Amino acid sequence: MTKIQKLEMVNMSKSFQGFYANRDINLHVKSGEILGLLGENGAGKTTLMNILYGLYQPDGGEIRINDAPVRITSPLDSIHHGIGMVHQHFMLIQNHSVIENIALGYEKTPFFFPKIRIRDKVVEFSRKFNFDIDPSRKVWQLSAGEQQRVEIIKALLNGADLLILDEPTSVLTPQEIKELFRILNDMKSRGHMVIIITHKLDEIMEICDRVTVLQKGRVVGGADKANVDKRELARMMVGRDVLFNVNREKLAKGEKVLSVSDLHVLGDKGLPAVKGVSFDVFANEIFGIAGVSGNGQRELAEAITGIRRISSGKVVAGSRNITNLSPRKIYDHGVSHVPEERIKFGIAPGLFLYDNAILKQHHLDKFSKKIFLEYGRIKLHTRSLVENYKVATHSIDVEIKNLSGGNIQKLILGREISEKPSLLVASHPTYGLDVGATEYLREQLLLRRREGGAVLLFSEDLEEIFELCDRIAVMFQGRFMGILDASDKERLKDIGLMMAGSVSYTPLQGAIDK
Amino acid sequence: MEDVIVSVVQRTMVAGTPLLLGTVGEVICERSGILNLGVEGVMSVGAVVAFIVTYSTGDPWLAMVAAIGAGMIISILHAFASVTLQANQVVSGLALTMIGLGLSGMLGKQYVGKPLAVKMDDIAIPWLSDIPFIGTVFFKQTPYFYMAVFLALGAWFFLERTRLGIKVRSTGENPRATETQGVNVARIRYACVIIGGGFSAMAGAHLSTSYSKSWIEGMTAGRGWIVIALTIFALWNPGRAIWGAFIFGGIFVLQYLLQPLGISPNFLAMLPYGSTLLILLVMSFKDPRRLNAPAQLGEPYKRGER
Repeated sequence: MTKIQKLEMVNMSKSFQGFYANRDINLHVKSGEILGLLGENGAGKTTLMNILYGLYQPDGGEIRINDAPVRITSPLDSIHHGIGMVHQHFMLIQNHSVIENIALGYEKTPFFFPKIRIRDKVVEFSRKFNFDIDPSRKVWQLSAGEQQRVEIIKALLNGADLLILDEPTSVLTPQEIKELFRILNDMKSRGHMVIIITHKLDEIMEICDRVTVLQKGRVVGGADKANVDKRELARMMVGRDVLFNVNREKLAKGEKVLSVSDLHVLGDKGLPAVKGVSFDVFANEIFGIAGVSGNGQRELAEAITGIRRISSGKVVAGSRNITNLSPRKIYDHGVSHVPEERIKFGIAPGLFLYDNAILKQHHLDKFSKKIFLEYGRIKLHTRSLVENYKVATHSIDVEIKNLSGGNIQKLILGREISEKPSLLVASHPTYGLDVGATEYLREQLLLRRREGGAVLLFSEDLEEIFELCDRIAVMFQGRFMGILDASDKERLKDIGLMMAGSVSYTPLQGAIDK
Repeated sequence: MEDVIVSVVQRTMVAGTPLLLGTVGEVICERSGILNLGVEGVMSVGAVVAFIVTYSTGDPWLAMVAAIGAGMIISILHAFASVTLQANQVVSGLALTMIGLGLSGMLGKQYVGKPLAVKMDDIAIPWLSDIPFIGTVFFKQTPYFYMAVFLALGAWFFLERTRLGIKVRSTGENPRATETQGVNVARIRYACVIIGGGFSAMAGAHLSTSYSKSWIEGMTAGRGWIVIALTIFALWNPGRAIWGAFIFGGIFVLQYLLQPLGISPNFLAMLPYGSTLLILLVMSFKDPRRLNAPAQLGEPYKRGER
């Protein structure tokens, strides 16, 4: 195997069910270079890289290494050619130890006693790149950053000259991102080449030498980093100027639509996760709940929408007590929900687009007659959702899992707000979405607010919270550290400290109760 | 009294042997992510093939090899349906059981009621079989017993201490991730289903040429289903399968032991199956995460899909 000095993809095309994910794409990368592959969700970045890694077979096009055409029909081929890939959703066996995961793919693993015999090699290798990982721990015990490092070790041990990273920073903390970039720069100085798939402009500006921009499956631009700025990249990516600031006009508070009092909820492990939370949400308002994830936000959202049992306390929607009602009843009382983990909880991935468009509404008269669904009307409704909420799909007769995350989220949002609920509970609605989809979703939330609806927004993204919310609560270890008005600039400065639990503007109700 | 105990324990080992063979095969198969409910049928095919070959050649060893071969070949059906066609594995496994039971009934029709002139002889291990009690119980046994224990330990070693074993377990946990590491998932799954079939057929051969010396239709008597339950009880670990299988062997023997006490034989005949239900019930109370089932067990894997 010769070292890759230069890799090209020429006129690559790939279609899924008649829809082109990649069309005539040309791209090249050379030794000691970090290439950014920029594009919105659904632009075809991951598809392209999966072709390079041998997971998908292209419809047409050619891959050339050091100017010689090569055929890559499986990941094994690409590994042999010196290509390694770190997927966005890590390709690790959660129930296996780090060493077992490495032994699985490492070509030189001996047949007998693999775990004992490659241990030294793994330890030595992780020292070389300054990784610090205990090889006998199970993967599920590791943080996202550590898991990613395991993935990088896997690729490098197999002699990867080219490392592909798909959205490498989406699950990392700022410190872990810094560490990752250090590793990548180190690799670059050793003559490796790196392709980073991303939709974050800041990352491109910080780490990449060059960038290729994809839009709807085609290359729409490319530049050396030195010759381009963020604004220009954003325009290439979405094909127009992006609004970096959303306009939020002042609105008078409407009537009370949700009242939560002294709510206590248990978490998955049976321990208290929400410890005495009280707040009200009013019409014409977006109420934000900020905080580092894992501080009870998920449990709070699930308790309000009926997915999780409330152990004590009360939730009232309008004038109706909805405490511990079934999710369907709560939905019927005007509380709809855009859940986190949209693929897992927001849709049924294997059902068609139109089936997904009426989840929770299938029992309504307009979609069913006696015991039969009215598919004619359902499809009509789905078409209007697709149109009104700008869901990019070539047909509604496809399984929804074939859509990109942004488009799935648009459909979910459309489904949830088209019935004009009095309250929308939105959990991390823009998480993992690209600039275009994020902007669109935020506009829709603001529109809901203007129309007289209320939104309860859970988000880790402070920028999003500040942009959208009228009032902001900060959650820490199951309690509110305070409910602040968006105009309260003085106290909002402390929001970081509140998220860390070191400043509180409310008496700890839960603590007094107990 | 000592004689009774020796005889009971010895017969327990013999009765547990086919369960152990079947369970080890099913563990290997399920560890690769494929649920095979065809054990009962394959076991039956193994039994009839072993019987016919022994009857016509007089060589029970050749019969064992032939039975294993037949079991592997018929298991290809399930591998093809569940791996290549990505069909529902429950349906395909049940179909395999029906095909196997029907086929063995048909093939064995003319052999019903004919006794074998020879059977697989017990082998006494020199020196070890002279140890009092232990020698008689463990070292004057049918070769199937030795092979079952040896294969169970071997399967454990294979799964836990070899690289190919890691590949098999990874395939059952996360086929997509395994494929990205350059492993041919389909090939691993085919091999595991076929090997599992070989084990089931071997268990059947034991029934017709060693445990008894005759063929009757339906002689596997639900052992294939007990194997499925034992696989869960063993937490997919071939080592744990050893004592699980012999506990059940003991329950089979218990039927005969309790008969003199005047308990209805029909009730006693129910014991192994009642215990199977009981085991499944108890296991279902366990925390699923600690049950250790292969994460993708029973899920078809489609290559190249998003």
